[in-house]
Amino acid sequence: MTTPPAVRPVLPQSADVPEPEVDMRTSLAWAALPNPLATASGCAANGRELSRFFPLSRLGAMVTKSVMLAPRSGRPTPRMAETPSGMLNSIGLQGPGVDAFVQQDLPWLKAQGARTIASIAAGSIDEYAEVAARLALAPPGTVTAVEVNISCPNVEDRGLVFACDPDAAAAAVAAARSATDPSIPVLAKLSPDVTDIVSIARACVGAGADGLTMINTVLGMVIDTTTLRPVLGGVTGGLSGPAIRPVAVRCIWQVHAALPEVPILGVGGVRTGLDALQLILAGASAVSVGTTVFNDPGAPLRVLGELRTALAERGFERMRDAVGYAHSALGAGADRIAPPVPPGPSLRAPSADGAGSGYDETAYDEGR
Amino acid sequence: MQVRGEALSVRRVGAYYALTLLAPGVAERFRPGHFVALAIGDESSSMLLRRSFSIYRCQERGVYGGTVEIVVSAHGPGTEWLASRRPHDPVDVVGPLGTPFALPREPASCTLVGGGYGSAPLFTLAERLRARGCRVDIVLGAATEERLFGVLEAKRMADSVTVTTDDGSLGTRGRVTDVLPRVMERAGTDAVYACGPMAMLRAVSDVAAGSGVPAQVAVEEAMACGIGVCMTCVLPVVGEDGVTRMVRSCTEGPVFRGDTVRWADVGTVPADCLGAPVAAGGH
Ligand SMILES: Cc1cc2nc3c(=O)[nH]c(=O)nc-3n(C[C@H](O)[C@H](O)[C@H](O)COP(=O)(O)O)c2cc1C
Ligand code: FES
Repeated sequence: MTTPPAVRPVLPQSADVPEPEVDMRTSLAWAALPNPLATASGCAANGRELSRFFPLSRLGAMVTKSVMLAPRSGRPTPRMAETPSGMLNSIGLQGPGVDAFVQQDLPWLKAQGARTIASIAAGSIDEYAEVAARLALAPPGTVTAVEVNISCPNVEDRGLVFACDPDAAAAAVAAARSATDPSIPVLAKLSPDVTDIVSIARACVGAGADGLTMINTVLGMVIDTTTLRPVLGGVTGGLSGPAIRPVAVRCIWQVHAALPEVPILGVGGVRTGLDALQLILAGASAVSVGTTVFNDPGAPLRVLGELRTALAERGFERMRDAVGYAHSALGAGADRIAPPVPPGPSLRAPSADGAGSGYDETAYDEGR
Repeated sequence: MQVRGEALSVRRVGAYYALTLLAPGVAERFRPGHFVALAIGDESSSMLLRRSFSIYRCQERGVYGGTVEIVVSAHGPGTEWLASRRPHDPVDVVGPLGTPFALPREPASCTLVGGGYGSAPLFTLAERLRARGCRVDIVLGAATEERLFGVLEAKRMADSVTVTTDDGSLGTRGRVTDVLPRVMERAGTDAVYACGPMAMLRAVSDVAAGSGVPAQVAVEEAMACGIGVCMTCVLPVVGEDGVTRMVRSCTEGPVFRGDTVRWADVGTVPADCLGAPVAAGGH
């Protein structure tokens, strides 16, 4: 067993107490980020509104709203319902279409000094390829990574969600990957609404995903007990917020245990620096703050500060050293929790010392 | 902007509560029609979504700094929490938000219509209109006398005040639109401003359009963020190019021209809307 690092409180920050010294740099595949805090797709629009609250350049990355080929009006209202420590949404991917996004939003984001992770969505394999191809026409340097939202119904297959089937997920990712500039990493965004998230993760990595984003919302529903009807115009919706954080931690944990070298952008219920730390300890290299932004527009930077302090208090000098740390702390016990999935053929062999991955998981593992 | 404000006072006004908040920086930027989005509970509250309120009035420099006053109808756990604030309790305020009312450049005859506590933003609007030399007539309506807001205040600032209640407990029994045509005729109305429930805004927009008078209405849509990032607060609005779009009531609104809102289609995505029809969609 590992001895947990002692938690030494760091004084609260003020003008005369400097920020604790922790190297917050991270990377998602080969995309280098100055810090691990990002927005979440659909929870920050395309940056203009949040830029009134803080400079977007201070984020590790700005993840934009999933964009499809054509403009979309989205679903009828009501589009949301508050739930305990969370909310349901059914927006229906309202947006301007990829061409307007490429012409108007990407150059603006670049001018703000933001690192943009552009999220794309589609209703068919061909549309994924087409959206990615149009995105590839963006001015050089405006896209740091592409996130492929595969939690979309496949109009060509009875509306089955790509993310729920390994073959469909792989086909969507392969289409987006092959149409994207090879110098830009592609992340596949996974849905937690699956029996075995590791097999979907494996399929996506096998299809060329350079990293994974986890998790999208959890399908849910609320019924109005006065009108006796579903609350949402779209009937069902996606559950998000702190209510789903344990699901996110579990998904990241399982996938990181099975695929330790695949970088993960963690998302789901992050409200505080300690929440972000949980996702990182489970295996996330960077963390998105989604629904919490509705509660606290300045949350991404607040969480960044809290995370820095939390890392310093635990003796971490580099954020990267904390990535997946909970696995090494658990030692062999991790195997019991990872699902019994045979290793896939498509994976690089995990290296014992973490060489090449940039992570040094043994740095604090005094018991090993 | 986002400020850590604090409650200064909570007063009961009829069926409602008037909540005054210390919120430095918000008052200085305020224009009538703006709203604030308030966080409910503390940093670990299980109610994540902000509640949005149009600003009733503002003071740039009170004893403690700028203050903002809103009117709350306590009908759920979030609004009940707000109504139970005591002096010095912290309240996190984001604002001022939204597109405010446009004021006429020349002195004009303006008729202001408010439903229930939706009338809250009309009083500072009336003040600013009066300051520009406008004639101001106010129509206030509600289900009952208790649910009217600001009748006395309206009487202090308007050239005429007409009150309606559904049950006849004060003023004319009926709806605001039952008396509006008469008020507009008497006032020679050039512009209508309205604020209140959607059904009332629709009826007021129809009356105004029927007399060829432009109406500006502040809509009430359910808002999750209030700052334009979540896309929950949309309604179908016809743009200057004649194209209908689902637009955000928190940023493009809450004030819209009454004749641009597709009232009959609110709560749906009209088939001729940009980007419609939607086959199945992801979330
Ligand atoms: C209103 C809303 C809209 C969203 N839109 C998208 C989207 O367009 N694409 C996407 O991949 N995820 C979308 N999501 C999911 C979030 O990016 C995120 O994965 C999820 O909300 C969990 O994180 P959270 O608990 O921090 O919000 C949306 C979530 C919300 C609440
Ligand atoms: S309330 Fe979130 S976009 Fe309007």
